[in-house]
Order: sequence, then C-alpha cells, then structure tokens
Amino acid sequence: MTLQTEDDVADFVRAAKGPVAVRGGGTRAQGGVDETLPVAGLSGITLYEPGALTLVAKAGTPMTEIETALAAERQQLAFEPMDHRALLGTAGVPTIGGVVATNASGPRRIQVGACRDHLLGVRFVDGSGTVVKNGGRVMKNVTGYDLVKLLAGSYGTLGVLTEVSLKVLPLPERVATLTTVVPDAAAAVRILSDALGSPYDVTGAAAAQDGDGFRVHVRVEGFDDSVGYRAAQLRDLLHLDDGADPWADLRDVTALGDCPFVVRVSVRPSQAAALLSRMDGMDRVQLDWSGGLIWLGGAEAALLAQAQAICADIGGHATGIKGDFGPLPRFQPQPAPLAAISAGLRAKFDPRGILNPGVMG
Amino acid sequence: MHMPTPDARIMALKAALAARLRAVLPADAVIDDLAETRAYECDGLSAYKCPPMLAVLPATTAEVSDVLRICHEMNVPVVPRGSGTSLAGGAMPTADSVVLGVARLNAVLETDYADRIIRVQSGRTNLSVTGAVAEDGFFYAPDPSSQLACAIAGNVAMNSGGAHCLKYGVTTNNLLGVTLVLMDGTVVELGGGHLDAGELDLLGVICGSEGQLGVVTEATLRILAKPEGARPVLIGFDSNAVAGACVSDIIKAGVLPVAIEFMDRPCIVACEAFAKAGYPDCEALLIVEVEGSDAEIDHQLGLISAIAQRHDPVEVREARDADEAARIWLGRKSAFGAMGQINDYMCLDGTIPVTELPRVLDRIGALSQEYGLDVANVFHAGDGNMHPLILYDANTPGQLELCEALGAAILKLCVEVGGCLTGEHGVGIEKRDLMAVQFDPADLTAQMAVKDVFDPKWLLNAAKVFPLDASATHRAA
Repeated sequence: MTLQTEDDVADFVRAAKGPVAVRGGGTRAQGGVDETLPVAGLSGITLYEPGALTLVAKAGTPMTEIETALAAERQQLAFEPMDHRALLGTAGVPTIGGVVATNASGPRRIQVGACRDHLLGVRFVDGSGTVVKNGGRVMKNVTGYDLVKLLAGSYGTLGVLTEVSLKVLPLPERVATLTTVVPDAAAAVRILSDALGSPYDVTGAAAAQDGDGFRVHVRVEGFDDSVGYRAAQLRDLLHLDDGADPWADLRDVTALGDCPFVVRVSVRPSQAAALLSRMDGMDRVQLDWSGGLIWLGGAEAALLAQAQAICADIGGHATGIKGDFGPLPRFQPQPAPLAAISAGLRAKFDPRGILNPGVMG
Repeated sequence: MHMPTPDARIMALKAALAARLRAVLPADAVIDDLAETRAYECDGLSAYKCPPMLAVLPATTAEVSDVLRICHEMNVPVVPRGSGTSLAGGAMPTADSVVLGVARLNAVLETDYADRIIRVQSGRTNLSVTGAVAEDGFFYAPDPSSQLACAIAGNVAMNSGGAHCLKYGVTTNNLLGVTLVLMDGTVVELGGGHLDAGELDLLGVICGSEGQLGVVTEATLRILAKPEGARPVLIGFDSNAVAGACVSDIIKAGVLPVAIEFMDRPCIVACEAFAKAGYPDCEALLIVEVEGSDAEIDHQLGLISAIAQRHDPVEVREARDADEAARIWLGRKSAFGAMGQINDYMCLDGTIPVTELPRVLDRIGALSQEYGLDVANVFHAGDGNMHPLILYDANTPGQLELCEALGAAILKLCVEVGGCLTGEHGVGIEKRDLMAVQFDPADLTAQMAVKDVFDPKWLLNAAKVFPLDASATHRAA
C-alpha cells in the first residue's frame, strides 16, 4: 500500500491493529515489528524561500533533493546531518523525516546547533491517527509549548512526521581545515577546546585515530578573506598545519564502518578522556564536538552497557547505534521520575503503544 | 480579560498554608500581609493586577521542593515568578495562588571555559550571567531588552529572545540543562554539560512552557567566546517596502549579521525627539550589525552597503568607531522609553515570514487608521519578529479595549501571512484567547497532554497559555 498524503497516514494509523515500524528511506534498519508504515510516498519540497531562510518539505523527501535545491541558491542545512549508510552498511535513501526523527546532527552542531535547533515546525500523525501541527515556518516562535523539540529525536515513538519546516543558512564561500597529530585524547580535547574558546568562529572541532595518537581537525568557514585571516590566527595560536577536508567522512563516521558494534556517547568535552580511559574492548574511537561526541566501535555488545555505566557516573548518555544489543536498553536508562514522564508522554501521544514499539523507552 | 473565579475553599486555607510554609522556610521568606503581597500583583503587563494569597521566596532547590510539595498536598495553585518583567502576564497571580519567586536563588554555581558552560541558579539576571564571564572574554548570547532585570528562570520559561538571535539563537538554543522541581516536589535533572538529549528531549519542551510544567531552580547555559569586535551600519530608505526588500537581499547574499533592526517613521520620529541620535529623516531605517576583526567587519559592512546602494537609500552610515556605533544604537535602544514618553502603549511581538514585511506593514498602517490609534513599528527584521507598539491613553475609558482589539487584529494578520502570535514574549494571559486563531483543537489538545503528564492537577500557572474553555476539563480533573 502506498501512502501519499497526510490523510493516508492518518487512515493507516487509525486502521492499524497492532505495532507498526515507521519507515522513511530505510537507511536504518529496525527489527522486531513486521508491519511497516512507509512514509517515502509523502515526498516533495512544499515551500522554499531563500530570502527568508526557510524550507518546508514532506517527511519522505530524499535528502539529495533538498540538498540540490538548497545548493542552487548557495544555501544548506547547516546542522550537517549524517548519512548513516556507510556506518551501518545499509542501502536506501536518507529522507528529511528520518533526519528529524533521529535529530541527526554533524560536526557543525558545535557552532550552529543540532537538527532540533533548526527545526521550525512539524506536522505529524499521533498514535491515535490524529493530525497535529506545532511550530510553524518562522524563526522565532514561542506560541504554545515547543512540541517541535519533543518530536525531534523521538524516533517515531510519539508520532509519524508528515511535514517538517527548517531554517536554512548560506553556504560558506570558503572552507579551511587545520590539523595536527597529538599523542592522546586529552591533548586532542585541549586543542579543540582552545579553538572553540577563541573568537575565530570555529565550525568543526573533531579528532580521528591516527596510529597510536589522534589527528585533530579544526574548521573555519565563511567569506574568503575572513577564513584566511581566522585560519592564520588559529594556525599560530594552536600550532596547527593546513589539512585536507575530512568533514564528510567525520560526519558519516565512516572510519567505524567495519565495526560490528557502534555506540554514540555524549558527555561534557572535559570528560571525554576520562571516559575513554575507563573503557576497554573498543577497537575504534572518533571524537567530535571538541570531545563532547564520542563514537566507539568494537566487537562486543558489552561496549554499550559499559559506556552507559560510565555515563551514569559522570553524566551524559550513551546510545547503541549499530549491532544487536539484545536485551540491553539502546538508550541510556533514565532516573525513575524522568522515565515515568517519558512513558507518560508516550502513553498520551500513542495510547495503544503501536508506533515503533521497543525502539525507545 | 477573564480569569477563573478564585476558589474560596483554597483561600480559606491561607492561615494553615502559611503555617506549614513557615515550618520549612525562613520567617522572612513567607509573605502573607496584603500590603506586601501587592508587590507581586502584576508583572510587565501592568494593565492587569491581582495580589496573590501568599508569596514565598525560597533560597534553595530543597526549599522550592518543600513549597511545591506542600501546595500540591493542599491543592493550592502556584504561580512561578522570575523578576516579573513578563510583557504577557506570565507571572500574574490569581487571588487563590501562591507566588513562588526565585529572586533569592542568584548564585553562580560553576564556570567552565574549557567546556564553555556556566551553571547558575535561576533567579540570576540575564545580564549578570554575561557579567560573570565577560572579563574572561566570554558572553551569554540571548539578550532580551529587559536583560538588566529579567531572570534566567523567566528566560527559560518564556524561551526569551533578543536583538542578536539572528546569529546566536534564542534561549532554547543556548540552554544545556536545568534542575527542575515538579509540582509534587520531585527534583529532576534534565541535560547538563553535554549536548542533546539521550532520550526524549524533555528540556526542549520545558523551555518555553511558561512555568506550567515545573519550577526551574538551576540552569546550565552555553557561553561563547566574545567576537573581536562588532559595528553597525545605519541605512535609511524612503519606503518600508524597499527596506524590506533590502533585508531579504542581505540575507540571500550570504551575510549573516548578528542583528538587523527595523524602525518605521513613527518610531524614528519618536526616538529622535527622545534620544536625539541624529537619525535621518526617512520612512524606514535599518540598523545592521556585524562581528569579527576590523578587517572582517569592514568587508561585511562593505557588502551590506553595496546591497543597500542598489535600493537607492536616503543614507548609509557605517560606524567607524565605538562612539559612532553607540550613537547608531542609542535611538533604537531608547525606542520603548521614547514611546512611554508619548503615551501608554501595548507592545506586540508576532512573527512573520521576512518576505511578508512590506505587505504586513501596509496592512498595519491601514488597521491603525481604521481603529484610530497610532502604531509605531520597531522590530528584529532578520528573523521577522515584529514589535508593533500601539499607543493609547489608559485614562480614557474604552481606549484599553480598543487597543486590545487592534492588537488582536494585528496578531491575526501575522498568523494569516504564515507567522505566529508571539515570537519571544510568550502567550501568558495576553494572547491566551487568541490561541485558537493559530491552532486547531487537536494542536492544543496535544500541548495540554504534556501538561497533564508533568502537572496532573493543573496547579502550576494554570489559567495561562490555553483558552480557558479549551483547558476547562483539564483544570477540573
């Protein structure tokens, strides 16, 4: 059955007799539920106003279609959403709905914010088949509760996204990357934090494994002369060299593509080195967001429980991204009062518990 | 303005409640004398007043928890209050409520420049957050006009914005974590020093929930390295439409100024008379500010000036130094004071798509004529956040009602062109009854479902945000 409109989705949900797996472009396979709710038929950009920096698209619109339209006006989705295919070894077509449902955000998140910060409005069908809208298509909007943030990153468990409205930003005239190799994660985080603590508007602060050490990458973007000036300042300040552009690979975490298990950890940057020193059994590591985002790759599912135990101690959270983690929770377990609130919200938005059950919560 | 009838059964509990609160708070933190509770009778929306039954001023998260637990047990409504600067009536009490003021929670708890965060108690003022890190070259970006007085608690509750959010975003984009006390006294931590939620983004829905879901006692905020410098350019035009087109062209050209402020003729005239900033005699005026090193600023101002020249401006005045920059901002920053000198005014803050600016300004002009009240416009043009100031005389019977009717007509216009009722001030009581213009019943039901989960008894700031008829069954539950 092909669903092409929001009404189709609402009818489908109302008629559903049991659990359904919400499916966009199929780049992130989900197990457990047989019946799929395909959103790919809801496709197309419904409004694009470059002069207002806004784009509205149906949830199943392929990312390539959006990126092409934006590039023609020299604009972009500045939060740099990752393409999961290389990491997960999947095929399929990444869609804007999937990006929003997972709050997927890349290296530039450290400067411009996450997907949720660029999401201006949503339309969705809740678990009862009711169509709900929230937010809109303007930059500043505090009218009523911000369900836009709640839906971003809710993995389809509160509602099926049908249309999203996003803030877009100019493409930079020039990109420069500065780099150096350091012996360990602590040294990498120190350089990255100093870069972000400078006034030079750094838009990328990541580190990838290089031999026994880490290769640090710092990015500045903008107008040609301005990038030249800021790159020179950072080169001197932090003793960096000019480097090649690694950002697409860092964004997509391709370096961990051959790891059977991958865990994504979010911590205070200054805790990154301590967390890594307490982990064992990991084969690969990538740092982004100046150490605030850590990708761990390994051969054992135990990686996740270990990272979650450390996060329970030092703050932050760990999420299983790749591999069958069995009975472990994929998301960081929450303290009881928060778990009760999350469960309460799911019960309100999806009283029958049919939307992506088991994916979250 | 209609508010629910105060519950006499609750008001009869006043003495018993005061005694229970005094058992958990210092003596001077419980205020029940009528003369003193009057200090809490209104906020920045001073047309509406109602002293609360009691006010409390807890100094710790534990004290806030005790107050809420007791009120929850006795079914007493609670109205959280930051500094009371809300322009929407967000902190206006009811006669059967306890005002919970966070003014005594004002400490800086932690500053970490490596992680670029500051953790403060929520009663601390917005400007003093920047004050705590400025010497070390950092700042907290959201800058509401009331930043000298307004508290972080209120900023979080209303998701406050400011002039510089075109580049830096509003409160929600700069808030990493909160300590939140639920209505039953439970204390929870949301977020912290890390980025993004590990489960549902509850922090995202707390921010902007107008004090209806819990009381924020501490906040972790993102701080940023201060840019090397910033300077504005002032551009005058002989029509609103041309100024609006210039705004769109600047944005499309790939320049991302930190601020684009727009003033129309009535506002320019009033500001000039008040502050004598030396503004040109013109129909519309833009102030565009950019940041960076001197050379970067020169380059960006050059690009902006070149775009402006294509629109045949009356004047383009680039600030060459700090003095000139201050003079350019002087008039804009005194706009509200200037209006206050002329008359009473109501300030709206509907947002529209930037491309609709000229059309909306024309329609506001027509509505102003129709209602016979002057409207001056000063607003954050880069993000379409309008600030029409409607001038009226509060001492003339009927003028407040006429002003509110014109305000409602302007906000309906904002929604009609694809915008919203409020971009940064919040709904409060002021725009509560207009919510149905922007939202269908199902949209409001979904929002109220969130309150049902966080505050099942609907005791926190309950008569706000949602039209009373829409929330009636929830409030009665």
